[in-house]
Amino acid sequence: MTAHHEGSGPASPPSPAGMPATISAGDSARRSRVLMKGNEAIAEAAIQAGCDAYFGYPITPQAELLEWMARRMPELGRVFVQAESELGAINMALGAAATGARVMVSSSSPGISLMAEAMSYMAGSGTPMVLVNVMRAGPGLGGIGPSQSDYFQATKGHGHGDYRVPVLAPASIDEAVELVATAFELAEKYRTPVMLVADGILGQAMEPVSLRFRTPERRTGDWALTGAAGRPPRIVKSIDLVPEVLERRNLDLQRKYREIRRHEVRWDEWQLEDAEYAIVAYGTAARVARSAVARARERGIKVGLFRPVTLWPFPERELARVSQHVHGILTVELSSGQMVEDVRLAVEGRCPVAFHGRMGGLVPTPDEVLGALKALRGKVQRAAADPALHHDGGRS
Amino acid sequence: MTIDAHSSGRTSAPADQRLIYARPEVLADRSTHYCPGCGHGVIHRLLAEVLTELELPAHTIAVAPVGCAVFAYDYLMVDWVEAPHGRAPAVATGIRRVRPEAFVLTYQGDGDLAAIGTAEIVHAAARGERITAIFVNNGIYGMTGGQMAPTTLLGQKTTSSPSGREPSLMGYPIRITEMLAQLPGVTYAARGSVADASQIGKLKAMIKKACRVQIDGGGFAIVEAISNCPVGWNMTPQESLDHLRGPVARAYPLGVIVDRTGAAAGPQAGSQPAGGPAAPGSASVQPEA
Amino acid sequence: MERSVVFAGFGGQGLLFAGQALARAAIKDGLEVFWIPSYGPEMRGGTASCTVIVGDTAIGSPVVDRFDAAVVMNPPSLRKFASTIGSGGLLLINESLLGEEHSERTDIDELRLPCTELAAESGDDKLVSIVALGALVGRLGWVTPDSVRAALREMAGKSRLGDARRREIVEADLSAFEAGMRAALPVQGLAPSV
Repeated sequence: MTAHHEGSGPASPPSPAGMPATISAGDSARRSRVLMKGNEAIAEAAIQAGCDAYFGYPITPQAELLEWMARRMPELGRVFVQAESELGAINMALGAAATGARVMVSSSSPGISLMAEAMSYMAGSGTPMVLVNVMRAGPGLGGIGPSQSDYFQATKGHGHGDYRVPVLAPASIDEAVELVATAFELAEKYRTPVMLVADGILGQAMEPVSLRFRTPERRTGDWALTGAAGRPPRIVKSIDLVPEVLERRNLDLQRKYREIRRHEVRWDEWQLEDAEYAIVAYGTAARVARSAVARARERGIKVGLFRPVTLWPFPERELARVSQHVHGILTVELSSGQMVEDVRLAVEGRCPVAFHGRMGGLVPTPDEVLGALKALRGKVQRAAADPALHHDGGRS
Repeated sequence: MTIDAHSSGRTSAPADQRLIYARPEVLADRSTHYCPGCGHGVIHRLLAEVLTELELPAHTIAVAPVGCAVFAYDYLMVDWVEAPHGRAPAVATGIRRVRPEAFVLTYQGDGDLAAIGTAEIVHAAARGERITAIFVNNGIYGMTGGQMAPTTLLGQKTTSSPSGREPSLMGYPIRITEMLAQLPGVTYAARGSVADASQIGKLKAMIKKACRVQIDGGGFAIVEAISNCPVGWNMTPQESLDHLRGPVARAYPLGVIVDRTGAAAGPQAGSQPAGGPAAPGSASVQPEA
Repeated sequence: MERSVVFAGFGGQGLLFAGQALARAAIKDGLEVFWIPSYGPEMRGGTASCTVIVGDTAIGSPVVDRFDAAVVMNPPSLRKFASTIGSGGLLLINESLLGEEHSERTDIDELRLPCTELAAESGDDKLVSIVALGALVGRLGWVTPDSVRAALREMAGKSRLGDARRREIVEADLSAFEAGMRAALPVQGLAPSV
């Protein structure tokens, strides 16, 4: 799966049993891929993307990312600091990024909460930085199992104030590698922090990685703090106590966010061409949904997958278009239902929107999702059979 | 003292007179937002003089705190980044690590450094980050209206300790510079005062020394300046200076607290930490000369 | 088409290593593959495990509700995973630690091997999971044995030990793998399970 929208052809017919006979031999590029753990692949992708400095603090399930950086960054003469806390790490990142360095920080959910303060400062002051959240189950200390329950936190602002950050959600390790480079690109292009959200499964799993690393071109602006030699001093700040001036800063930010919405929406579609139903899911949940789609197709249910790759900006126009052609939409998340709110906003009542999710570090199985899909279909069919029944948006 | 007297028409002297005192160019030609009698202006001025004398302004990246001194960037004409409350030492660490050639300065108040930012200051000092920290201790949260600070004296009335600081409920004042001085990563720690001209001169020497530590490749250097807050203390400026000279200086003794510049290898971030903890007694207050 | 296997047993039995060898072999065969260790809530119950999913197109769900095969190396693993195998799947039981215990399922292929003894005969009684890997590959053929051999050589090559010791490790791994392959040769008249 790639980071950019790509429609796929209709489902290939299910193979008969017997793996060796049906698996086609891959080409040499496929054979030369390397098996990498998600956390380590993300770290190496950042290094290959030209990350100058990494700051972190240990937390499960992303500790391997920190450990990879601890080994590799000094080897390359670059900066690695294990901070005293996530607060320390994100503020070190703020300082380093304010000088124009390419900087990454990673953590998992409880640590990300601590970073909300500095993220707000960086959004306000236009400081580029990439923050990776390998999400685990909450609330509170919660557990170390995989989760997507930080969707609201990532997409609705994270810290205080009127701001957004681009949020990238890979569904495979190979895609995570690509999106790390994209994250640095967006951060510098728009002078904003960018989040990449994975979950414990993507962090802990191993998959083949193509090693198609990318080093985005550096965009150094006339804002970086380098010492005021031969030029007026520069200030990287978010404070403005004059309301009119602060409102202008906010309007500038909102203009920037409109630009991002216009140009940076990314999503993926699978088997939606003839679909009567759509499943909307991202990250690990999208992979479960993909399996559910395959099983549903085997049973003659025409369903496809719509996978947001940018959670913010959310692919709302694209999903709205899908909602005009399907009888119902099922949203699947590793949460109590967070992205589903954005799905409903995009769908605007054009079709019922149902939700299936698991919490606590559990992941729904493809059969569970299939069951939820059948329930949605049953409701839609009953409503169609009895015009007196109005659909209720799948909320009941 | 070398002062660039050519930067502004206002500071150039008539031909028959000799210029002996002028505004350093790095200090903005404007009045500050600080309250009448506040010590921040004096400390800004000292910093401006020291930076100029050491030819540092063009290499300096400074970190502003949250508190009254958040606007320091309006007065000291160097590159600044604004840190979240208490986080200046972490922000400075980030700058330090990616800009080895920069002169990195933090400026923090007592709420910023000794309350909300204790973890950041302790660990920057423990790592021996090669940064110079200016710590202005006026024993109060000035900007938010005069609430109790971690450094507020026992019995002192503030808007959040209206009957006076009562230790059984509110704990004791923190001598955080002495605490930091225990750490082997700290090359220099000293406490001065803005109470009078003599003290101000000594404070300037401390600031200059703390800056030199960084230039010479030493570790963490901190200068605490005990300062006055006439408005927050509910005193006239003169009363506040008398108070600073008396009870405040007794609670926060002046002098060099630790000076490891003579040590064979100054511990410093990026190099191997030197030895174990400091020898007992090495971090006690040394009376001023 | 996807095929999934869980390797489960005690920590230290080399199960994660065996799973990784299978995953590397799959890449060498040009396949898609997904490996995940027991993680989060799955770690409860006294078993360490990893799941490997092999397929000819992008791997979907990382959680498996019906395994095509399970390698169980200790009693808790048998209890935990025997019921998760899909009908017609393979259950590989390490007789050395499980004795007479079995799954009580009649719709699966239950392959019982004395992994410890087979490993000992091949030179190193610690390599129980490599024996099991050999049996799995021998019985199901999801990946080619040559790719597994190459993966085992590659993984030993990552060891920081000296060349001589590395060669010994590779020889021991290969020998354990062959022992498992031989032990799992399909019994006359019994078709491969999938």
